[in-house]
Amino acid sequence: MMRRMFPAPLLSLALLALWLLLNNASLGLGQWLLGTFLGVLVPLLTQSLRPTPVRFRRPWVALRLFMQVGYDVIVWNWRVLRGTLATGKRMPRGGFVVVPLDMRDPNGLAVLAAIMCVIPGTIWSELALDRSALLVHMFDLDDAAAEIELIKRRYERPLMEIFE
Amino acid sequence: MIPPLPLWVEIPVALLLALSGVFTLVAAIGVVRFRSFFQRMHPPALAFSFSAWCVTLASILYFSAQDGALSLHAWLIIIFLSLTVPVTTILLSRTELFRRRNSGDPDMPPPLSASVPLSADADDSSPTPR
Repeated sequence: MMRRMFPAPLLSLALLALWLLLNNASLGLGQWLLGTFLGVLVPLLTQSLRPTPVRFRRPWVALRLFMQVGYDVIVWNWRVLRGTLATGKRMPRGGFVVVPLDMRDPNGLAVLAAIMCVIPGTIWSELALDRSALLVHMFDLDDAAAEIELIKRRYERPLMEIFE
Repeated sequence: MIPPLPLWVEIPVALLLALSGVFTLVAAIGVVRFRSFFQRMHPPALAFSFSAWCVTLASILYFSAQDGALSLHAWLIIIFLSLTVPVTTILLSRTELFRRRNSGDPDMPPPLSASVPLSADADDSSPTPR
């Protein structure tokens, strides 16, 4: 019964939190009720849109990954800013790298795609049909092997711990 | 009549807004400057990541100080941006890869997996074997 009412309890909680955040001027009983209503209804209506159930574990790893991504966004912003304004020999030379993947979970891969797109300097370009490799375009490519290692260690490994 | 805010609020708000403006300007310069499509896709990321964060933070600071209560709803801009931006970015880069490969550009990397036929002889409903 609980399972049928709440197919994705975390999603329900997140929707309630979003709703309350949206109405931060008034935290009355009505907003709580409306948020709870949305949190119950939306996961039920969108159930068929989620191909695989999300198994979310180790919130501490997730929190650390979140902070890491925040830090990397700032670092990469600075690098892309400098690269954009650089002239002559220091102009960035972009290039593609192929990252071999160990992760197969589609939810984890979706989060990885979002991370790659939000961080400036990396663009997710292609995923192999069997999910074994990923093509990424890098803004400034010096050492492809080091970049691949970094992506795998920083993002893929924590995501595997969380989702697999 | 809104009473003026204290100086210690106005200075960080102004700094954050100016910083955001600088990053957005550089993003625009990058789009004009670079010649290749993929290189051009990187600078606009400055505008929706760090610039958007700065504006949001400035808004939270300003309105929290004005109302005397924590006003966090601008934070949703960051959340929704990080949900919607990957969709457009991936769509654009996939399109460009597809077009350049079709026109036989030697700079493009080869496809990662064997190509799926798009013609009429692949008419069974599941063209992607798992």
